[in-house]
Amino acid sequence: MSLTNIFDIAGSGMAAQSIRLNTTASNIANADSASSSEGDVYRARKPVFSAIQQDVMAQAMVGQTGELSASTGVQVQGIIESDAPLNMRFEPDHPMSNDQGYVMYPNVNVVEEMADMLSASRSFQTNVSIMDSAKTMMQRLLTLGQ
Amino acid sequence: MAISFENALGIHQKALEVRVQRAEVLANNLANADTPGFKARDIDFKAVLGSVQAGQQVGGQLTMTTTNGKHLPTSGNGEMSESNELLYRTPNQPSVDGNTVDTQEEVAEFTKNTMQYQASFQFLNGRFKSLNNAIRGE
Repeated sequence: MSLTNIFDIAGSGMAAQSIRLNTTASNIANADSASSSEGDVYRARKPVFSAIQQDVMAQAMVGQTGELSASTGVQVQGIIESDAPLNMRFEPDHPMSNDQGYVMYPNVNVVEEMADMLSASRSFQTNVSIMDSAKTMMQRLLTLGQ
Repeated sequence: MAISFENALGIHQKALEVRVQRAEVLANNLANADTPGFKARDIDFKAVLGSVQAGQQVGGQLTMTTTNGKHLPTSGNGEMSESNELLYRTPNQPSVDGNTVDTQEEVAEFTKNTMQYQASFQFLNGRFKSLNNAIRGE
Protein backbone atom coordinates (compact mmCIF):
# COMPACT_ATOMS: atom_id res chain seq x y z
CA MET A 1 0.00 0.00 0.00
CA SER A 2 1.65 3.18 -1.08
CA LEU A 3 -0.28 5.41 1.33
CA THR A 4 2.14 4.30 4.03
CA ASN A 5 4.99 5.56 1.84
CA ILE A 6 3.60 9.07 2.19
CA PHE A 7 4.24 8.86 5.94
CA ASP A 8 7.86 7.95 5.27
CA ILE A 9 8.27 10.70 2.68
CA ALA A 10 6.69 13.43 4.80
CA GLY A 11 8.57 12.13 7.84
CA SER A 12 11.89 12.38 6.02
CA GLY A 13 10.96 15.94 5.04
CA MET A 14 10.18 16.83 8.64
CA ALA A 15 13.41 15.30 9.89
CA ALA A 16 15.45 17.21 7.30
CA GLN A 17 13.73 20.50 8.10
CA SER A 18 14.25 20.04 11.82
CA ILE A 19 17.97 19.47 11.22
CA ARG A 20 17.98 22.69 9.21
CA LEU A 21 16.20 24.45 12.07
CA ASN A 22 18.78 23.01 14.44
CA THR A 23 21.70 24.44 12.48
CA THR A 24 19.94 27.80 12.29
CA ALA A 25 19.48 27.83 16.06
CA SER A 26 23.12 26.91 16.54
CA ASN A 27 24.27 29.62 14.13
CA ILE A 28 22.19 32.35 15.75
CA ALA A 29 23.21 31.28 19.24
CA ASN A 30 26.89 31.47 18.24
CA ALA A 31 26.59 34.62 16.15
CA ASP A 32 28.71 36.55 18.67
CA SER A 33 31.08 33.84 19.88
CA ALA A 34 34.34 35.71 19.54
CA SER A 35 37.72 34.06 19.16
CA SER A 36 41.30 35.21 18.87
CA SER A 37 42.47 32.86 16.12
CA GLU A 38 41.02 32.01 12.74
CA GLY A 39 41.04 28.26 13.43
CA ASP A 40 38.99 28.37 16.61
CA VAL A 41 36.22 30.66 15.51
CA TYR A 42 32.75 29.27 14.92
CA ARG A 43 31.64 29.12 11.29
CA ALA A 44 28.06 29.12 10.05
CA ARG A 45 26.79 25.56 9.52
CA LYS A 46 24.49 24.56 6.69
CA PRO A 47 22.80 21.21 6.00
CA VAL A 48 23.06 19.72 2.51
CA PHE A 49 19.80 18.24 1.27
CA SER A 50 19.48 15.58 -1.38
CA ALA A 51 16.63 13.45 -2.67
CA ILE A 52 16.64 9.78 -1.61
CA GLN A 53 16.62 7.74 -4.79
CA GLN A 54 15.01 4.34 -4.80
CA ASP A 55 17.59 1.60 -4.92
CA VAL A 56 18.22 0.03 -8.28
CA MET A 57 16.84 -3.37 -7.28
CA ALA A 58 13.53 -1.96 -6.17
CA GLN A 59 13.34 0.17 -9.28
CA ALA A 60 13.91 -2.81 -11.53
CA MET A 61 11.23 -4.73 -9.69
CA VAL A 62 8.58 -2.04 -9.88
CA GLY A 63 9.60 -1.46 -13.49
CA GLN A 64 8.45 -4.97 -14.28
CA THR A 65 5.02 -4.52 -12.77
CA GLY A 66 4.65 -1.21 -14.56
CA GLU A 67 4.35 0.75 -11.33
CA LEU A 68 5.60 4.26 -10.96
CA SER A 69 8.90 4.91 -9.31
CA ALA A 70 10.17 8.14 -7.89
CA SER A 71 12.61 9.19 -5.27
CA THR A 72 11.35 8.52 -1.78
CA GLY A 73 11.83 11.57 0.37
CA VAL A 74 14.73 13.75 1.33
CA GLN A 75 17.87 13.18 3.35
CA VAL A 76 20.59 15.32 4.86
CA GLN A 77 23.85 14.42 3.16
CA GLY A 78 25.92 16.23 5.72
CA ILE A 79 26.55 19.52 7.44
CA ILE A 80 29.04 21.90 5.87
CA GLU A 81 30.71 24.93 7.35
CA SER A 82 30.31 28.15 5.43
CA ASP A 83 33.51 29.46 3.83
CA ALA A 84 32.31 33.05 3.80
CA PRO A 85 34.95 35.52 5.05
CA LEU A 86 35.15 35.87 8.82
CA ASN A 87 34.12 39.01 10.56
CA MET A 88 37.25 40.78 11.86
CA ARG A 89 36.77 43.64 14.25
CA PHE A 90 39.38 45.93 15.73
CA GLU A 91 38.77 45.72 19.48
CA PRO A 92 42.11 46.03 21.30
CA ASP A 93 40.41 46.08 24.71
CA HIS A 94 38.68 42.76 24.13
CA PRO A 95 40.23 39.91 26.17
CA MET A 96 40.24 37.69 23.05
CA SER A 97 42.00 40.19 20.80
CA ASN A 98 45.17 39.03 19.03
CA ASP A 99 48.51 40.78 18.76
CA GLN A 100 47.24 43.26 16.22
CA GLY A 101 44.16 44.01 18.35
CA TYR A 102 41.70 42.16 16.13
CA VAL A 103 38.94 39.84 17.32
CA MET A 104 37.46 37.16 15.04
CA TYR A 105 33.70 36.93 14.92
CA PRO A 106 31.80 34.10 13.17
CA ASN A 107 30.69 34.50 9.56
CA VAL A 108 27.03 34.14 10.60
CA ASN A 109 24.61 36.41 8.82
CA VAL A 110 21.78 36.70 11.35
CA VAL A 111 19.27 38.14 8.87
CA GLU A 112 19.95 35.29 6.46
CA GLU A 113 19.55 32.81 9.32
CA MET A 114 16.18 34.30 10.27
CA ALA A 115 14.96 33.94 6.67
CA ASP A 116 16.25 30.36 6.64
CA MET A 117 14.43 29.66 9.89
CA LEU A 118 11.11 30.90 8.49
CA SER A 119 11.58 28.87 5.31
CA ALA A 120 12.38 25.73 7.32
CA SER A 121 9.41 26.18 9.60
CA ARG A 122 7.02 26.69 6.65
CA SER A 123 8.34 23.60 4.89
CA PHE A 124 7.93 21.64 8.12
CA GLN A 125 4.30 22.77 8.31
CA THR A 126 3.68 21.68 4.73
CA ASN A 127 5.01 18.22 5.52
CA VAL A 128 2.84 18.01 8.64
CA SER A 129 -0.28 18.84 6.65
CA ILE A 130 0.66 16.27 3.99
CA MET A 131 0.98 13.63 6.68
CA ASP A 132 -2.35 14.68 8.12
CA SER A 133 -4.00 14.35 4.69
CA ALA A 134 -2.48 10.90 4.23
CA LYS A 135 -3.82 9.90 7.64
CA THR A 136 -7.32 11.07 6.71
CA MET A 137 -7.12 9.19 3.41
CA MET A 138 -6.08 6.04 5.22
CA GLN A 139 -8.80 6.33 7.85
CA ARG A 140 -11.32 6.75 5.07
CA LEU A 141 -10.05 3.66 3.36
CA LEU A 142 -10.54 1.66 6.56
CA THR A 143 -14.24 2.49 6.51
CA LEU A 144 -14.66 0.95 3.05
CA GLY A 145 -17.75 -1.25 2.84
CA GLN A 146 -19.16 -0.20 6.19
CA MET B 1 -25.51 -14.65 -13.66
CA ALA B 2 -22.71 -14.60 -11.17
CA ILE B 3 -21.70 -11.39 -9.50
CA SER B 4 -18.19 -10.42 -10.58
CA PHE B 5 -16.27 -8.04 -8.35
CA GLU B 6 -14.24 -6.80 -11.32
CA ASN B 7 -17.37 -5.77 -13.16
CA ALA B 8 -19.22 -4.47 -10.14
CA LEU B 9 -16.44 -2.20 -8.92
CA GLY B 10 -15.63 -0.91 -12.38
CA ILE B 11 -13.13 1.85 -12.87
CA HIS B 12 -13.21 3.16 -9.32
CA GLN B 13 -10.82 0.73 -7.71
CA LYS B 14 -8.20 1.51 -10.38
CA ALA B 15 -8.87 5.24 -10.05
CA LEU B 16 -8.34 5.04 -6.29
CA GLU B 17 -5.04 3.23 -6.84
CA VAL B 18 -3.77 5.86 -9.26
CA ARG B 19 -4.88 8.65 -6.90
CA VAL B 20 -2.78 7.11 -4.12
CA GLN B 21 0.21 6.87 -6.48
CA ARG B 22 -0.19 10.49 -7.44
CA ALA B 23 -0.44 11.52 -3.77
CA GLU B 24 2.87 9.79 -3.17
CA VAL B 25 4.58 11.60 -6.05
CA LEU B 26 3.25 14.98 -4.90
CA ALA B 27 4.23 14.32 -1.27
CA ASN B 28 7.73 13.55 -2.52
CA ASN B 29 7.84 16.87 -4.39
CA LEU B 30 6.88 18.72 -1.23
CA ALA B 31 9.42 16.86 0.91
CA ASN B 32 12.09 17.94 -1.58
CA ALA B 33 10.90 21.55 -1.78
CA ASP B 34 14.30 22.74 -0.50
CA THR B 35 16.57 20.20 -2.19
CA PRO B 36 18.94 21.87 -4.67
CA GLY B 37 18.59 20.55 -8.21
CA PHE B 38 15.45 18.53 -7.47
CA LYS B 39 12.98 18.45 -10.37
CA ALA B 40 9.29 18.30 -9.49
CA ARG B 41 7.47 15.31 -10.98
CA ASP B 42 3.91 14.38 -11.65
CA ILE B 43 1.91 11.76 -13.48
CA ASP B 44 -0.62 12.22 -16.24
CA PHE B 45 -3.62 10.81 -14.42
CA LYS B 46 -5.68 10.23 -17.55
CA ALA B 47 -2.88 8.40 -19.35
CA VAL B 48 -1.97 6.24 -16.37
CA LEU B 49 -5.58 5.31 -15.67
CA GLY B 50 -5.98 4.59 -19.37
CA SER B 51 -3.01 2.24 -19.39
CA VAL B 52 -4.19 0.54 -16.19
CA GLN B 53 -7.61 0.04 -17.73
CA ALA B 54 -6.14 -1.26 -20.96
CA GLY B 55 -4.08 -3.65 -18.86
CA GLN B 56 -7.27 -4.80 -17.22
CA GLN B 57 -8.84 -5.56 -20.57
CA VAL B 58 -6.09 -7.69 -22.06
CA GLY B 59 -5.33 -9.69 -18.97
CA GLY B 60 -2.71 -7.79 -17.02
CA GLN B 61 -0.68 -6.59 -20.00
CA LEU B 62 -0.23 -2.95 -20.74
CA THR B 63 -0.75 -1.96 -24.35
CA MET B 64 -0.41 1.26 -26.27
CA THR B 65 -3.62 2.95 -27.27
CA THR B 66 -4.15 3.15 -31.00
CA THR B 67 -6.19 6.12 -32.16
CA ASN B 68 -5.62 5.60 -35.89
CA GLY B 69 -6.06 2.57 -38.12
CA LYS B 70 -2.49 2.95 -39.35
CA HIS B 71 -1.00 2.65 -35.89
CA LEU B 72 0.95 -0.52 -35.31
CA PRO B 73 -0.40 -2.71 -32.56
CA THR B 74 2.11 -3.39 -29.79
CA SER B 75 2.60 -6.72 -28.14
CA GLY B 76 2.14 -4.82 -24.94
CA ASN B 77 4.63 -5.41 -22.18
CA GLY B 78 4.42 -1.73 -21.39
CA GLU B 79 8.01 -1.05 -22.39
CA MET B 80 7.23 1.31 -25.22
CA SER B 81 4.40 3.06 -23.50
CA GLU B 82 5.18 6.53 -22.22
CA SER B 83 1.82 6.95 -20.61
CA ASN B 84 2.62 5.30 -17.29
CA GLU B 85 5.84 7.17 -16.81
CA LEU B 86 6.62 9.89 -14.34
CA LEU B 87 6.79 13.21 -16.09
CA TYR B 88 8.62 16.39 -15.12
CA ARG B 89 6.71 19.51 -14.27
CA THR B 90 7.35 22.63 -16.35
CA PRO B 91 8.54 25.28 -13.90
CA ASN B 92 6.79 28.64 -13.85
CA GLN B 93 9.86 30.54 -12.82
CA PRO B 94 13.55 29.72 -12.68
CA SER B 95 15.40 29.30 -9.39
CA VAL B 96 19.06 29.73 -8.60
CA ASP B 97 19.55 26.23 -7.16
CA GLY B 98 17.81 24.40 -10.03
CA ASN B 99 14.86 23.25 -7.92
CA THR B 100 11.56 23.27 -9.81
CA VAL B 101 9.19 22.67 -6.90
CA ASP B 102 6.58 25.39 -6.52
CA THR B 103 5.22 24.70 -3.03
CA GLN B 104 1.92 26.52 -3.55
CA GLU B 105 1.21 24.71 -6.77
CA GLU B 106 2.11 21.34 -5.28
CA VAL B 107 -0.07 21.89 -2.21
CA ALA B 108 -2.97 22.90 -4.46
CA GLU B 109 -2.49 19.78 -6.59
CA PHE B 110 -2.19 17.59 -3.52
CA THR B 111 -5.42 18.99 -2.03
CA LYS B 112 -7.19 18.54 -5.35
CA ASN B 113 -5.91 14.99 -5.56
CA THR B 114 -7.14 14.28 -2.02
CA MET B 115 -10.59 15.54 -2.93
CA GLN B 116 -10.67 13.42 -6.06
CA TYR B 117 -9.50 10.47 -3.99
CA GLN B 118 -12.45 10.99 -1.66
CA ALA B 119 -14.80 11.17 -4.64
CA SER B 120 -13.42 7.90 -6.02
CA PHE B 121 -13.71 6.38 -2.56
CA GLN B 122 -17.31 7.49 -2.29
CA PHE B 123 -18.14 5.86 -5.63
CA LEU B 124 -16.35 2.66 -4.67
CA ASN B 125 -18.15 2.58 -1.34
CA GLY B 126 -21.43 3.04 -3.20
CA ARG B 127 -20.64 0.03 -5.35
CA PHE B 128 -20.03 -2.07 -2.24
CA LYS B 129 -23.30 -0.88 -0.75
CA SER B 130 -25.14 -1.87 -3.92
CA LEU B 131 -23.50 -5.31 -3.81
CA ASN B 132 -24.54 -5.67 -0.20
CA ASN B 133 -28.10 -4.80 -1.07
CA ALA B 134 -28.07 -7.25 -3.95
CA ILE B 135 -26.80 -10.05 -1.70
CA ARG B 136 -29.38 -9.35 0.99
CA GLY B 137 -32.13 -9.06 -1.61
CA GLU B 138 -33.71 -6.06 0.05
